[in-house]
Amino acid sequence: MNTLVSSMPNKRRLPDLDKVFDAIGAWVLALVWISPLLFATWAALQPSGTALGLDFSTPLTFENFVYVWNAVPWLGYFANTVILVTLILAGQLVLCTLAGFAFARFEFKGRDTVFILVLLQLFILPEVLIVENYAIISKLGLFDTALGIGLPYMASAFGIFLLRQAFKSVPLELEEAARIEGCSWMGVLWKVYVPAAKPVYLAYALVSIATHWNNFLWPLIVTNSPDTRPLTVGLSLFGAPETGVDISVISAATLMTILPLLVAFLIFQRQFIQAFLRAGIR
Amino acid sequence: MNEMAQLKKRRLALYGWMLAAPALALMSLFAFYPAVATFWHSLFTRGTTRRPSVFAGFENYGDLFSDPTFATVAINNLIYAGVTIPVSIFFALAMALWANAHIPARSFVRSAYFTPTILPMIAAANLWLFFYTPDLGVIDQITGFFGAEPTNWLGQPQTALASIIVVTIWKESGFFMIFYLAALQTIPPDLREAARIEGAGRWTYTRRVLLPLLMPTTIFVFVNAMINSVKLIDHLFILTKGGPNNASKLILYWIWEMAFSYFDTPHAAAMTMLVLLTLGIVAVIQFRLVEKRTHYR
Repeated sequence: MNTLVSSMPNKRRLPDLDKVFDAIGAWVLALVWISPLLFATWAALQPSGTALGLDFSTPLTFENFVYVWNAVPWLGYFANTVILVTLILAGQLVLCTLAGFAFARFEFKGRDTVFILVLLQLFILPEVLIVENYAIISKLGLFDTALGIGLPYMASAFGIFLLRQAFKSVPLELEEAARIEGCSWMGVLWKVYVPAAKPVYLAYALVSIATHWNNFLWPLIVTNSPDTRPLTVGLSLFGAPETGVDISVISAATLMTILPLLVAFLIFQRQFIQAFLRAGIR
Repeated sequence: MNEMAQLKKRRLALYGWMLAAPALALMSLFAFYPAVATFWHSLFTRGTTRRPSVFAGFENYGDLFSDPTFATVAINNLIYAGVTIPVSIFFALAMALWANAHIPARSFVRSAYFTPTILPMIAAANLWLFFYTPDLGVIDQITGFFGAEPTNWLGQPQTALASIIVVTIWKESGFFMIFYLAALQTIPPDLREAARIEGAGRWTYTRRVLLPLLMPTTIFVFVNAMINSVKLIDHLFILTKGGPNNASKLILYWIWEMAFSYFDTPHAAAMTMLVLLTLGIVAVIQFRLVEKRTHYR
């Protein structure tokens, strides 16, 4: 009886307290989570060499950015990354659309077995097969080319899976209607299925772009010239500690390379998060 | 009539194969063939110009097992997985609960958590350099304020792996958060109301109602985190290069090193096979567990 009475007013007040703690906890964690970015921004704006005391009296400077910009062909790296990402995405869209369509709408012998094999590729990571893939790319004469970096990623099991799911959810009546109007299979794919799967395409594209913009190990292995090297590899060479570059300069270089993606993320935040979500739920 | 239908069926089957063929060809070239070739090459000795490579059976695997570096790297990777997986899941869940709660500036909080996901691991490593630099780095500035000696976080064996682990957790937690966030949004608010009426406190509600409902998401995140614990090694290139004295070396980095620094492809191939085997087991577990939830039809 006693406990019941004493808990009544408590119960009404507790949620508010909970909310305050929730908010504080959430904010603290959020600050911790972006603090590496904040500190790097701070460091990048400090004169190089004076380094890193949190001394707010030193004037901020952009000289690190100027130095970094002149030291390395960033614009070239940036162009390489854009070309690479576009190439991979284009390849993926074409190949995965066709294969996804095949697995969703055609009956053929061995389809289900082959599809299991495709799913298995989700676990045979291209990253793990670097040794053999390097040999293959070299044999094909694609070493140090954008195609050489991109080709192993184009037949994406993940993309095939996503698009197959999307195509399967398209009502058959839509397809039949299009066929009555005389559409060929390709016409049906192009006029019915592709438009219906638009959000899936958008999600997949964003995830693919972010993944390959950030990819490092494979491009490191199959490139060896500034003409093909993407931003990540360029940044890793620049930031190597043995070059003795100081931290303000490294921070400036890092911020410069992540800025395009960061800005894109801040603008398309909702779409990005939605995209990762949609793509992640298999 | 029957023959017509038969013919049509066969034509459709052919069409289906043709549509899938380009993707299947590329996939065979860059996933299935390399997997088989890796196995094949792992059975041969390393060839030199004077001594061609010869069949060695499972000798390369034996060499690996007797190499002390193998034990170090395998244990490192186990620790790496054993810490990053549960801690990332814990943070992801906490973030999702908070990002789903009605708090002020929620969208800022949400993007703060998610931002590391879209950064390249190489860039993330550079950002964290600033934290770990001895004496001048953020961590030492803070601990130094309390009178602690400067620590070479990345340069001493006791802390190098832990420093690597922290960066990985920071990078992947926000990514996993969004899956929890999505799952939370499908849970009807009535459940919380019902739990409250039953007298269940917040903690009981989380433990007895939310966590079981989130189990499929947790399995999904768990499998992804497991794959990440093999895959996420880019920051090693910037932060420690696997050192000092192999203290922070992980398997994939070791494979890279064997193949591209020491040109010892047979041993790299043998190690790759062991990784593929592990990933295969993960795949089987995932298919078994997920089968109950999603039907691959």
